[in-house]
Amino acid sequence: MASRGIKDRVAIIGMGCTKFGEHWDKGPEDLLCEAAYEAYASAGVQPDDIDAYWLGTMGSGVSGLLLSEPLKIQYKPVTRVENMCATGSEAMRQACYAVASGAFDIVMAIGVEKLKDSGYSGLVGNAPPNDGTEGNMTAPASFSLLAPAYFKKYGLDPDKGKDVLSRIAWKNHRNGARNPKAQFQKEVPIETIKNSPKIADPLGIMDCSGVSDGSAAAIIVRAEDAHKYCKKPIYIKALSFVAGPAEGPLSSDYDFTTFREVVASAKDAYSQAGITDARAQVSMAEVHDCFTPTELVLYEDLGFSKRGTAWQDVLDGYFDLEGKLPVNPDGGLKSFGHPIGASGLRMMYEMWLQFRGEAGPRQIKDPKIGLTHNLGGAPGRCVSFVSVVGKNLG
Amino acid sequence: MTGIVSYGSYIPYRRLKRAAISQVLGVAASKGERSVASFDEDSASMAVEAVRSALKAAPAATFGTLLFATTTPPYGEKLNAAIVAAATRMPRNLRALDLTGSVRAGISAILQGVDAAANSNLCAVVAISDARLGAPEGKAEQQNGDGAVAFVLGTEGVIAEIEASASLTREFMDTWRAPGERFAHSWEERFTITQAYSPLLGKAIQDVLAKAKLTPGDLARVVIDSPNPRAVDEIARSMKLDPAKLADNFAVTIGQTGAAHAGLMLAGVMPTLKPGDRVLVAAVADGADAMVLRATPAIASFKPAKSVGRQIESKGDVSYGNYLKWREILPTEPPRRPDPDRPAGPPMLRSQSWKFGFVGSKCTACGTPQLPPQRVCVHCRAFDNMEPYEFADRSAKIATYAIDRLAYSLNPPTINVVIDFEGGGRFLSEMTDCEPEKVAIGDEVEMTFRRLFTADGVHNYFWKARPKR
Repeated sequence: MASRGIKDRVAIIGMGCTKFGEHWDKGPEDLLCEAAYEAYASAGVQPDDIDAYWLGTMGSGVSGLLLSEPLKIQYKPVTRVENMCATGSEAMRQACYAVASGAFDIVMAIGVEKLKDSGYSGLVGNAPPNDGTEGNMTAPASFSLLAPAYFKKYGLDPDKGKDVLSRIAWKNHRNGARNPKAQFQKEVPIETIKNSPKIADPLGIMDCSGVSDGSAAAIIVRAEDAHKYCKKPIYIKALSFVAGPAEGPLSSDYDFTTFREVVASAKDAYSQAGITDARAQVSMAEVHDCFTPTELVLYEDLGFSKRGTAWQDVLDGYFDLEGKLPVNPDGGLKSFGHPIGASGLRMMYEMWLQFRGEAGPRQIKDPKIGLTHNLGGAPGRCVSFVSVVGKNLG
Repeated sequence: MTGIVSYGSYIPYRRLKRAAISQVLGVAASKGERSVASFDEDSASMAVEAVRSALKAAPAATFGTLLFATTTPPYGEKLNAAIVAAATRMPRNLRALDLTGSVRAGISAILQGVDAAANSNLCAVVAISDARLGAPEGKAEQQNGDGAVAFVLGTEGVIAEIEASASLTREFMDTWRAPGERFAHSWEERFTITQAYSPLLGKAIQDVLAKAKLTPGDLARVVIDSPNPRAVDEIARSMKLDPAKLADNFAVTIGQTGAAHAGLMLAGVMPTLKPGDRVLVAAVADGADAMVLRATPAIASFKPAKSVGRQIESKGDVSYGNYLKWREILPTEPPRRPDPDRPAGPPMLRSQSWKFGFVGSKCTACGTPQLPPQRVCVHCRAFDNMEPYEFADRSAKIATYAIDRLAYSLNPPTINVVIDFEGGGRFLSEMTDCEPEKVAIGDEVEMTFRRLFTADGVHNYFWKARPKR
């Protein structure tokens, strides 16, 4: 029994990604068409060349028909995938495995979410009939549980802690300002972030990711076929996905300063990819910054910072675009926006651009190894995805 | 001997200063303040709190009857007493009923409970609770208060024996409210005092003293509850009662708590009773009930779980604006969030001991308490090695917290706390009766039964944490 991974066995040969944001003039079908056709063009393939599809959406539709109908897919398999906010990554993971298994030669993973049509603020759950005992905590409140716990454990006074969180949002906005597809393309002064209206204390509205519409897609083939399609493919080194036992709300030994699911998926992914020192070996990362304290804790869970020191790294600019390990160079969920089913593939899209030197004003110098991290749920009760991708084989 | 074995009371945490009404509406304000059921409380949830308190002081009692008296039942059709029974872990073989119709339902329920206990070897529990609405600018809005009281009645371990009782019933246009109406109407007060309250109370008291062969001078304390306190003054004068014997009617501190009031006043005087002391209790509405109790030697060692006096002191203000919102007298802009879903019948039935009784489970393999109840142990992963484990009366400490300003609530922000129970067990709970800026890691909390929301006519009851009172 082992998680062996599929290091260097599959490659991405083309990607597409819509602009994320308020697409009042586009439905999920439009967004899917745009991402898919951009990916076809990017890989230089025709729709009929694709053997199978994995479609991720949390709630913008059901079944493979959500994709096959607008794209007029000619009687091919379309698998609809859902794994909360990690839905996009999960679609990609399944697509990669299908290719690695030899079942298909060329497949597409695509994710979409249309959030702005609901008329509600923030995300809205769709719970099955229940006994009414589950709380009605919103996502920002769930993730805000991390802040007082982290501050207390590491002796940060709340004001200093708030500075750290604000700086994370500031960095992601600064990166997003250099990204023409991001929802928010504006740098925001740190004082504005710090003083933004409270949503779930200490989190203000500027600590929250953008509620967004969007779609992203990737075309995947066996690594040995990649150069038939593409001069600069990117290679999958590791894919890890874990669902936890949801101990956080059940077990007193969980202290809300870590995501055990992330630690487990990072360990698995690093083992698949042969990474022994993430802080030194990873050139760049896209992580799930749904709310600023999430990103803070992720630095430690992913092994980028030692326990209790991520806040210091944040203040030192370690994760800035010019830092030693740029995190969320595309602006992250905070600035690029978070259309749930698309986000995991959007993270991969940034890897694609950066490795190929197509990231424009936010280009990182010669990245070799990238990481994407995507999670769904809440602290203590979540699913987590980590991928490691590389510019080269080996 | 049949009588009171134990009692408990519940005064909600919130107070509305009467001057605060005056500041908004310009009406004359009477003195003091009134208690206000929080936005997540109703007569049933408050009754649960009072019964829990009474049960804590009588852990050995076994019950055959539960009577729930109120003029403000949460359900017009559906047994409200069943909610109280489920939340207080009453046995299944229980006769339970709702008694309603007038504020006299409270004292009538005590007399019914005494009869039930006398006729069986099982105890009866009487839960009396009210959260009556008064229309803005009216007297009732200022003078009413919200609260609950509960009595365990039985034949063993009696702390106050019922020596005699008397009842009268008259059809009388005093206070009335048709189904669907929110506010009660009442007739002009000279008529009700002179033609109803004074004569009916007088007659019932006369009857009960005659039955018990007592004179007013034999009474140590006197509890008289009248919708209009002037009737009490008249009775006291005519009986030549020492005013010091009259029980506090909490007019300045709580207000008049409807059906619960006579019982609450009695709960107020109980700690002052010495063995042998006699108390007269009388209440009036569409007739009158009166009873005489005599304290037994057991009263000397009885301690209520939470005294009325202590709960009067434990309080926090509610603004008049929030009060109007909580009671849905003032309509407000709905949030840009979906309405909560109605809880579903089958899962509610499956999880009844959890949802209503707050019973989790404890792993018999490793001893770890956990909630909600689990099949596979979170600690040792033993499968189906669980036994029921009650959490409702255990205290807990805050591990971390969230102040949610986005979630739908009649009283934003919603405070959520991760709590660790004494003896083990972790839970993510909503927190109530507290100020958001005061929540801190390490604070001690206790559990309280609340109505989370109402959707499609279904009241969603569950438990919340609150600061230790």
